[in-house]
Amino acid sequence: MTSILVPDLGDGIIKVEVAAWHKPEGAAVTKDEDLVELVTDKASFNIPAPVSGVLRIVHVPAGNEADIGSLLGEIV
Amino acid sequence: MKLYDLGLIGHAAAFKRQKDFVRDVAAGGEDTLILCEHPKTITLGRKYQESSLFFSREELARKGFELLKADRGGDVTLHAPGQLVLYPILDLRRARLGLKEYLQKLEQVAVDLLDDFGIVARGDDGNRGVWIACRKIASIGIGVSRWVTYHGMGLNVSTDLSLFNVIRPCGLDVPMTSLAVERNCPVGMDDVKRRSEQHFRRIFGY
Repeated sequence: MTSILVPDLGDGIIKVEVAAWHKPEGAAVTKDEDLVELVTDKASFNIPAPVSGVLRIVHVPAGNEADIGSLLGEIV
Repeated sequence: MKLYDLGLIGHAAAFKRQKDFVRDVAAGGEDTLILCEHPKTITLGRKYQESSLFFSREELARKGFELLKADRGGDVTLHAPGQLVLYPILDLRRARLGLKEYLQKLEQVAVDLLDDFGIVARGDDGNRGVWIACRKIASIGIGVSRWVTYHGMGLNVSTDLSLFNVIRPCGLDVPMTSLAVERNCPVGMDDVKRRSEQHFRRIFGY
């Protein structure tokens, strides 16, 4: 199982909004494809899938805020 | 860093070029700076509010605006001829840049360019963009995919500022300005493009 974490986006950013999941829970995902879109400070930031697999659990649904380093979902 | 001057090009066509370059850069290709101008276009960022449009979509179409959603941060913005648009396609991890640092450097490109013309401007961490006192001269909104940036910054060089009356730019009630208005004389777009490339290369260390 591989965790999908909110990456360190650099100094001064401690929180992001989860704007959209590009794939639903249970979907097959391919390494490096955009998985989830975060929005902060005039930027729309897409997190790529760290590995190929199946998106199992989405911990933070779209519309919610998440801290840097927090768990967004998992790929099994 | 590669430079592409796309001239006057529709927003959708320029976006397609950006996505092609994002794929190249994500695969290890050279960072790329796209310079262009757009025809009259209003784009809606990911945080747009309907109240930032002062006219219905039909009325805006009648006034000759193309209206598009854009997968960038921010609210509503406007592009038109006379506005220099910079779309850096840059690998943030390779450049070892955090998101905020990247945005600050992008603002600095406009600040230093304006300084060439004797205009004192500043970026603003609270209200992104480039400002001359309370007047906004450049707007910023970016996207990132696979750690590679797209979208970017629009700098009003000689834009018809009356066009901005149809929107609340970036959701803010602030006056917009341009380089030509601040200098009170015409400014050549080619000169501004050349300087923007020079400052971009220096600030981002190419």
